[in-house]
Amino acid sequence: MQQTLESFNKSLNLSLTVKSRLLLLVAALALVPTFFMPVWHLNFGAQQYPEGLTMFIYPSEMVGGDDGNDLNEINILNHYIGMDELREEDFNEFKWIPLVIGLMIVLSLRASAIGTLSSLVDIIVFTIYFAGFAMWRFWFMLYNYGHNLDPKAAVQVEPFTPPVFGTKMVGQFTVGSYPSAGAYLFVLFGALLIAGIYFTYKERRNELAAN
Amino acid sequence: MKTLMKPYLILPVLLAAFALLLSTCEGQKPSRGRGAGGSAQSSAALATYVAPGDLDEYYLFYSGGHSGQIFVAGVPSMRHIATIPIFTPYPGTGYGFDDESKAMLGGYTWGDSHHPALSETDGDYNGRWMFINENANSRVARIDLKDFKTKQILKIPNLSGNHGATFVTENTEYITSATRMSTPFPSGTYADVTKYATDYKGVLVGIKVDPESGEMAVGWEIVVPPFDYDLGDAGKGPSADWMFWSCYNSEREFIEGAKLEVTASQKDKDYVVMVNWRKAAAAAKAGKGRKVNGVDVLLPADVEGGIFYMELAKSPHGVDVTPDGRYIIGSGKLSPTTTVFEFAKIEKAIADKDFSEVVDDIPVLTYNSVRLAEIPVGLGPLHTQFDGKGHAYTSLFVESAVAKWKLPPYDEGADMSQYIVEKIPVAYNIGHLCAAEGDSKTPDGNYLVALNKLSKGRHLSVGPSIPESAQLIDIGGDNMKLLYDAFTEPEPHYAQMIKADKINTVEVYKKDDPYWPKSPHAIWTPEETEITRRGNRVTVKMLTVRSFIAPDVIRVQKGDKVTLHVTNIEQTRDELHGLAINEYNVNIVIDPGETKSVTFTADKAGVYAYYCTNFCSALHQEMQGYMLVQP
Repeated sequence: MQQTLESFNKSLNLSLTVKSRLLLLVAALALVPTFFMPVWHLNFGAQQYPEGLTMFIYPSEMVGGDDGNDLNEINILNHYIGMDELREEDFNEFKWIPLVIGLMIVLSLRASAIGTLSSLVDIIVFTIYFAGFAMWRFWFMLYNYGHNLDPKAAVQVEPFTPPVFGTKMVGQFTVGSYPSAGAYLFVLFGALLIAGIYFTYKERRNELAAN
Repeated sequence: MKTLMKPYLILPVLLAAFALLLSTCEGQKPSRGRGAGGSAQSSAALATYVAPGDLDEYYLFYSGGHSGQIFVAGVPSMRHIATIPIFTPYPGTGYGFDDESKAMLGGYTWGDSHHPALSETDGDYNGRWMFINENANSRVARIDLKDFKTKQILKIPNLSGNHGATFVTENTEYITSATRMSTPFPSGTYADVTKYATDYKGVLVGIKVDPESGEMAVGWEIVVPPFDYDLGDAGKGPSADWMFWSCYNSEREFIEGAKLEVTASQKDKDYVVMVNWRKAAAAAKAGKGRKVNGVDVLLPADVEGGIFYMELAKSPHGVDVTPDGRYIIGSGKLSPTTTVFEFAKIEKAIADKDFSEVVDDIPVLTYNSVRLAEIPVGLGPLHTQFDGKGHAYTSLFVESAVAKWKLPPYDEGADMSQYIVEKIPVAYNIGHLCAAEGDSKTPDGNYLVALNKLSKGRHLSVGPSIPESAQLIDIGGDNMKLLYDAFTEPEPHYAQMIKADKINTVEVYKKDDPYWPKSPHAIWTPEETEITRRGNRVTVKMLTVRSFIAPDVIRVQKGDKVTLHVTNIEQTRDELHGLAINEYNVNIVIDPGETKSVTFTADKAGVYAYYCTNFCSALHQEMQGYMLVQP
């Protein structure tokens, strides 16, 4: 164990192999479409909504299904229980998340050009932190909306948290919360980074032993 | 055991047979509830069954007759789905209560809607508009099939009894219209009925349709002898430039006390009149007519070579052009035959000037030169539809049946009765019939609806105001099969049946959809509501949304003239809201994304609640406000 760690630590300054650099380039490019793709979506199904209502979350906006009207409809329904209206301008996330994704692309491109294993590890650590933070933030917003209900609302319900991941009954609605195409690209991004580390480490660790 | 029955057994058998006979005479009562059903009934039931949640294959648009509406049903289930109000106010959708539809109704509170016609491209239904005539007050209306709403009602000047409408030309260039009840020209003129033959006139009309907007305008009118111009049709293919109308009372008599039914049935033949609408339009454009009430009015001589009569068995009703446009089928309702005219023969007779006489400058084509055949379909033939497979279907009013018969070619000198394929009895006294896309160039040949005038005893009794009946008949196989009895309010005349996928509706007026004209009075947020006053004119911009009306208090002075502009800001389908004001006869219904205006005088002081009439949500009951009318 000790040996493996030491060997890995020593390898951190190794510059990346061509294969790893190519993987990094692909990883950087894989993130580009996420600007235009939903990363997450929520479905609301009920008997009188045979097509369901859908809300897509993009890095920079939220969009309702049915040409945007589903978001309007969700807000109309939520007003009965005194939930705040979901308004894009109330989420500063939509301003900084695209910047962060841009940063990840730039760092990946930089590593692809002049990177070492160490810079790759930095990107991975940052990505894990960002993903974790974003999920926590998502949960926190859902919690907030579900717990800050107007006490004068026409319909009184127990405070609740809509699902972050999975399916849950909320009133007469079956609410589903699942990743969309953008999220899978983030997974691909992470996998390519790990593959990049693996290939450089595998090919070049013998050089360390030789020295 | 050679003898089948011993003599002493005969008496009891006879008695039993007699008893059975008695019971069947007394019986023939329809069974109540779900019948046991033989296999024929089971297959009919399956053929019309549309499972809950499933959709019908065709739209059926029935005219509502003197109800002034159109009824929309699905085929094959025959379920009534909606009513489109046209010439009559309809509180259910607030039609005739808001300023716009009220203005469209023009002060009339009813109309007699007769013959709906779908717009066509190259002789096929294009699913854009529906037109329908109104007999009593000489109007035509256009319905937009995107939202199933009446968009225009056109009053046709100079004309009385607009019955020979609406039939559209192959590319919806023109709609037909014609006088059923001739009056002194222009209508509104006084002349005693003793001067019927000389001073009374019929009018044939071409109504022009804007190809983009569908807006209708009177193109031209031709003043013709005072016959009763009845039904019409527009040509197709080779005959596409022509319009045809049947007419009765070519005796041109209305003798006080002598009964028109008698005086109009004296001659053996009446006429079909045919007009070349291109020639009529050209004559109007060339300024040959004179302007009467803003319309180019022509005389037959102005349209030389463009107007002819053809003789037809007396008192005809239907005149129907075959899908290929090569034949014109005329039905004289007092003759047991339909007449098949061949358009090629008509063209030849016109070219050869083969006329038997000239009536008021209108040449009459020699009957034997244009007639191809007389088909002995049965008693009281009224109207004919087609299946696109070489058959015609003619309704027989007197016989209460539909006759299926073969279209040409026919063998030379053949006995024409051999071309009658089959007859099916209907209940009862059929008027028009409507086959699936049956008056287009490409009929579908699967369904036929018999529009019967009488339905006695076929339904639970509802007292003496007996509804009409519409029977669905399967014409897809070799034999016609009766599938279903449906009943309608008074009184479908003609109908149109169109494949459902040809109609593309919207169910929400999307805020940014450029198709719909933007209302200058629309508002979309509660912050934009306003009450403004200029003198005693009060204007309120309002909105409705689940579950409130904004503003919820309106203060006016007694005597103010108040206009409410109400926008339903919902963008979700089926979220309609209504707005009624108690005691003020205000009732409008606003569809999602729609803005309607209603104007009234606040002539009663006091406090009047207003509320949403169209159930919308769990808190619909709470959707209310107050209009305070200060004395």
